[in-house]
Amino acid sequence: MIEVTNLHKGFNGEAILKGITTTFHRGKTNLIIGTSGSGKTVFLKCMLGLFTPEEGSICYDGATYSELNEQQQRELREQMGMVFQGSALFDSMTVEENVMFPLKMFTKQKKDEMLDRVHTVLDRVNLENANDKLPSEISGGMQKRVAIARAIVTQPKYLFCDEPNSGLDPKTAIVIDNLIQEITDEYDITTVINTHDMNSVMEIGEKIVFLKNGHLEWEGDKTQIFKTDNEAVTEFVYSSNLFKKVRDAQLKGL
Amino acid sequence: MFYLDDIGRYFLMLKGVFSRMTKGSVLRNLIFKEIDDLIIGSLGITVFLAFFIGAVVAIQTALNLTNPLIPKKLIAFASRQSVILEFAPTFISVIMAGKVGSFITSSIGTMRVTEQIDALEVMGINSLNYLVFPKIIAMFTYPFVIAIAMFTGIFGAYVAGVYGGFVSSTDFLTGLREEFIPYHLTYAFIKTFLFAFLLATIPSFHGYYMRGGALEVGKASTSAFVWTTVVIIISNYILTQLLLS
Repeated sequence: MIEVTNLHKGFNGEAILKGITTTFHRGKTNLIIGTSGSGKTVFLKCMLGLFTPEEGSICYDGATYSELNEQQQRELREQMGMVFQGSALFDSMTVEENVMFPLKMFTKQKKDEMLDRVHTVLDRVNLENANDKLPSEISGGMQKRVAIARAIVTQPKYLFCDEPNSGLDPKTAIVIDNLIQEITDEYDITTVINTHDMNSVMEIGEKIVFLKNGHLEWEGDKTQIFKTDNEAVTEFVYSSNLFKKVRDAQLKGL
Repeated sequence: MFYLDDIGRYFLMLKGVFSRMTKGSVLRNLIFKEIDDLIIGSLGITVFLAFFIGAVVAIQTALNLTNPLIPKKLIAFASRQSVILEFAPTFISVIMAGKVGSFITSSIGTMRVTEQIDALEVMGINSLNYLVFPKIIAMFTYPFVIAIAMFTGIFGAYVAGVYGGFVSSTDFLTGLREEFIPYHLTYAFIKTFLFAFLLATIPSFHGYYMRGGALEVGKASTSAFVWTTVVIIISNYILTQLLLS
């Protein structure tokens, strides 16, 4: 579980996050949604420890990040897995080497043991016959799978995903969403996903946090989001033509 | 103030590079890879440049020795001194600022743009140590490149001098050995070690702290080349003043 309390962060005097308080639960896919520039990525990077908040705290299963010493912070980070928007795979390494990288860095396993683990997670994300390929030689969807495999190879307690299905076709996007949800259930981890894809919200939004201009505007789940009368949320949800037409059809009783 | 800020950040970067070391087995592989990319990959262009620089120095010297009282062996002497003292360590390092420097800046800059550095940090890895330290260690083999450049430069001078009909082989070899001061080699290699360190760290600084996209990677590479060259030239002057005068 991740508890965020009164989080503030700004750059060059401009406030980006303005007092966010929320909780992300273990075993659930928690979504952060909002329009571009609402502070989603900054929020995610604060939780990852890449940005230091100016005020407020982030507590990981009872451990407040800012109160930990450098060594403890590093140990906590080793329990985090991250899927970046652009996958962030290491260009010079093959798929297998990319997934093996965290094991090489943080475990004392022998190469055979590491390879076993790598093949297990690559099977888990349904990636076959790509072990020896470079990231540039595989598709965007496959790159996302490799990024997920790399993020879960050390069995982290927290999984963060920054727009995991951006740039993917709708079918592949759903596959990636479902894969993340399955992994969350299977490994019983706290997953936080940053997205503005309404399909993801519909599919896997067990807890949704809506940000607007750095404020937490609304929170709920995927059933509540279509019933809320919060203007900002409604505007965001129905900015999609598809959802707008579905709503109009429902209103007309079709 | 802007430059002072950059200088301060450069030294803070160096502090980061030498703290929280990466696992030894991983580091060893990275160092070998960097030696291959930065040093072995530069040998061809270094040999090519040094040979022709040496040749041109010999011809220029020969053409300026119009007084028949001045012995022809001076061509070899002047070529040796020019190549060992300046052309090999300094001129080749300026060329390397373009080749190695832009490679380092663009590779680290691209990692920054594509969030690969963030990925390292999220994993709890000291990205500065992981990325820059192997480059510094690899560049400590750079004096071997310069030693080869010295040899090739003098060989180029011999070829141009002797086969161009400016000096006999015997005169050239006599001049080459005349008044040789071993300390000049020490001076040249002290410079080379410092330039190697600058060649590894200044482009790394520009790549690591760049912000933006592909266009900024190009700008950072240009900026890294300019600043590495400026610092090499200034430190060359200071070291010459300190070590030779």
